[in-house]
Amino acid sequence: MATARTALEKVCGDVRADAEHGLTAAPASVEEAAAVMRAAAEHGLAVLPQGAGTRAHWGPPARRRDLVLDTRRLDRLVEHAAGDLVVKAEAGLPMGRLAAALAERGQRLALDADPASTVGGTVATGAAGPLRLLYGTPRDLVIGLTLVRADGEIARSGGKVVKNVAGYDLGRLFAGSYGTLGLIVEATFRLHPRPAVSAYVTASYTDPDAAHAAVQAVLHSPVHPSAVEVAAGGGGIAVGVLAEGATDRSGAVAALLGPGASADASPPAWWGRRPGGGILIEVTGRPTDLPRLLRAAPALAWSASGHGWTALPEDADPAPLLAALRAIGGAVVRTGPARVMQGPDVWGPLPALPLMRRVKDQFDPGHRLSPGRFAGGI
Amino acid sequence: MTEAVSGLAERFTALLGPGGVVTDPVRLATYECDGLTNHRARPALVVLPDDGAQIAEIVRACVAAGVPYVARGSGTGLSGGALPRTDGVLIVTSRLRRVLEVDVPNQRAVVEPGVINLDVSRAVRADGYYFAPDPSSQQICSVGGNVAENSGGAHCLKYGFTAHHVLSCEVVTPEGEVVELRADDPGYDLLGVFVGAEGTLGIATKVTVKLTRLPETVQTLLAAFDSIERGGTAVSAIIGAGVVPAAIEMMDALSIEAAEASVACGYPPGAGAVLIVELDGPAAEVEHQFAQIRALCEEAGAFEIRVAADDAARALIWRGRKSAFAAVGRISPAYLVQDGVIPRTALPRVLARIDALSAESGVRVANVFHAGDGNLHPLVLFDDAEPGAAERAEQVSGAILDLCIEHGGSITGEHGVGVDKARYMPRMFTATDLDTMQMVRCGFDPAGLCNPGKIYPTPRLCGEAPGVRKGVHPLVEQGKADLF
Ligand SMILES: Cc1cc2nc3c(=O)[nH]c(=O)nc-3n(C[C@H](O)[C@H](O)[C@H](O)COP(=O)(O)OP(=O)(O)OC[C@H]3O[C@@H](n4cnc5c(N)ncnc54)[C@H](O)[C@@H]3O)c2cc1C
Repeated sequence: MATARTALEKVCGDVRADAEHGLTAAPASVEEAAAVMRAAAEHGLAVLPQGAGTRAHWGPPARRRDLVLDTRRLDRLVEHAAGDLVVKAEAGLPMGRLAAALAERGQRLALDADPASTVGGTVATGAAGPLRLLYGTPRDLVIGLTLVRADGEIARSGGKVVKNVAGYDLGRLFAGSYGTLGLIVEATFRLHPRPAVSAYVTASYTDPDAAHAAVQAVLHSPVHPSAVEVAAGGGGIAVGVLAEGATDRSGAVAALLGPGASADASPPAWWGRRPGGGILIEVTGRPTDLPRLLRAAPALAWSASGHGWTALPEDADPAPLLAALRAIGGAVVRTGPARVMQGPDVWGPLPALPLMRRVKDQFDPGHRLSPGRFAGGI
Repeated sequence: MTEAVSGLAERFTALLGPGGVVTDPVRLATYECDGLTNHRARPALVVLPDDGAQIAEIVRACVAAGVPYVARGSGTGLSGGALPRTDGVLIVTSRLRRVLEVDVPNQRAVVEPGVINLDVSRAVRADGYYFAPDPSSQQICSVGGNVAENSGGAHCLKYGFTAHHVLSCEVVTPEGEVVELRADDPGYDLLGVFVGAEGTLGIATKVTVKLTRLPETVQTLLAAFDSIERGGTAVSAIIGAGVVPAAIEMMDALSIEAAEASVACGYPPGAGAVLIVELDGPAAEVEHQFAQIRALCEEAGAFEIRVAADDAARALIWRGRKSAFAAVGRISPAYLVQDGVIPRTALPRVLARIDALSAESGVRVANVFHAGDGNLHPLVLFDDAEPGAAERAEQVSGAILDLCIEHGGSITGEHGVGVDKARYMPRMFTATDLDTMQMVRCGFDPAGLCNPGKIYPTPRLCGEAPGVRKGVHPLVEQGKADLF
């Protein structure tokens, strides 16, 4: 390790070592990051890319970790081409700073990102919030990516134009890859104008079928919502609809939600929140699975496009709930105590796992990038 | 026919019946090319399977025999993606045309890959839905082809491309395994990279597509300007105002002239450029933004603005735009269709450079484009009877791609790389970029039998460990010399 440290110090201005974390290197440029990755390859170090650490505890812990590659000094906003609705930023830039810069020009990256999280972490974990109904997740909004491979080579895919089909789209492959394929160093995103009017229309229900009927009414209407969210737990079921644009459509939405619906310019307290609990489970399903999910899960935060969250107390056995959820759709444990995260029940079925392993073997033949953090033990 | 292929022909006849295998040279000739007719190769064998299970068997047999194979949908591709191999098998999906399931409550449909794009919308229109990707070829192109090319159309400005409208694909992998790639499943987004991989990562045998709610209102406007620059200013103003129309299309004087000669679309006489802007969505929203767009077009100097009063009037406005490619055939014996992308703010600069290129070379260029997202479709006109004219046109067409790259754009926005543009890839990407992309291909297709020779100018040897390159292929070297 001492020689590895010396090698890292030669190429990177910020290398630290302490008993708890081992080695940490924080490169300040793409080239420096590549040099760090090259040195790590030469010394066979297992590398854990990390941004602000807002999701560092998500997923199983790494099997091996010799070097944390801290991206937070890679924090430049490289280019905001406002007229083209495109922004390019380095991986360590906090999403909050990015959002503030975009807001100055009346634009946004439609991901509901955690302001403390970084660009790289957001892409690597595929993080998205309620707006996913209309705008999707990072895989849908990343139009260009710069990455450093396990061997330290810098590679790019995509570009800075929204419409582009030249070559494979590595942006989509790297979105949600949790640092297991390479180090994301820059990302270019498609942006959207900030709407002039935002209305949050909410109503509450007691019966899962009534809540579901309200959600379906909105989805199949022409009101064109940006988000349709459901929050259940502790009794009632809240349904919230975000209608954005140049005009106020809250009246039309309220009519669909039924008597008792009310509109507000700001989101309700539960909007975009995940249920609390030591064991956090990401849930997927079809829109019509909602009533069954509401009955199966103790608490549920659900985006109508078919994605949500539920949670259990830290000391609970998640197996029965996971089985119930997987009989409906998908369920992945995102956080939990070691006994759960190191157990066999984190991911559920992975039909494409052999193919995933082969892709992983190409990008990281030595299995040194975040080993064990990903689906199927990748 | 090689021994390996004749062995396959026998096997496939047993599997598909004699009607499912084509060996007759005359019939084989109809599969020689896709929509890009200047690349041709007669396949050794064509098969017409009925379902996904048969495709899996065909692929496994090809792999066992070491014979390359290529998938083909409707053959409308414009980059030679479905160009067959003379030593290989062409797997045509035209018999896989069933819409398997329509699930309106979940806003999705499951279709076979040979289903025609527009037939998906036809199947769900009565329910108030449609399939949003709308390539101009939508009356004939297949959903499998759309998936492979990540196709878009005029309305992808607002609604995105095929990649945004596919929820899952059942895929026969290049090694013959059947696997479902789902956007929702945990793990790598293999679906995300499969879409747009131009048929090099396997064959889609079932596609679950997202259905989009038909908008409450559609409004279409035609604005005429005396110059392309003024039209370009209007486009920038619309985007700058924070409006995202469903479509913004532009045509220049030469393409208007062609469309006029062909379909008498009756665009305002004397226009140097016309802009077609379409808005859709909730009625109040559309009305508000439509007024805004109208004002912005007037400010930018539009000398005439027409608003479609009904569907018939809307169809008339679109007729000129939609006929533009074919119409150019009326004013020129032959032409090349180019597909390049630039940041939309670079539009006026790049169009001026294209004008200059045209003037210098004496080669006429008609410009039709998806202005909203900077996707240019210059049509390079030439007379194929004149010696050297095709080469000059080819040069101008290539120089336009260089302009796109120089301005931070792309060599293709929707037609794909295929065989046609593989040689331009090294101008846009470094050898390492291309090598890295091909790691995905090596993971999927270590034997390199699935649609080989497409997209990448130099195949990566899949046995190699990353980073240990032994010398650079001369082609890449040349490409680099061109670029830097
Ligand atoms: C007049 C005209 C207008 C056009 N306009 C547009 C446009 O506006 N936008 C646009 O994006 N494109 C356009 N195109 C191009 C073309 O229509 C699209 O690329 C279309 O998606 C191709 O579909 P296809 O079924 O014809 O595919 P093919 O040409 O048969 O094949 C295209 C590629 O897909 C692969 N493929 C086919 N089926 C499968 C499958 N099941 N699984 C895996 N791979 C498969 C093939 O191997 C090939 O690489 C146009 C073409 C024409 C002729």
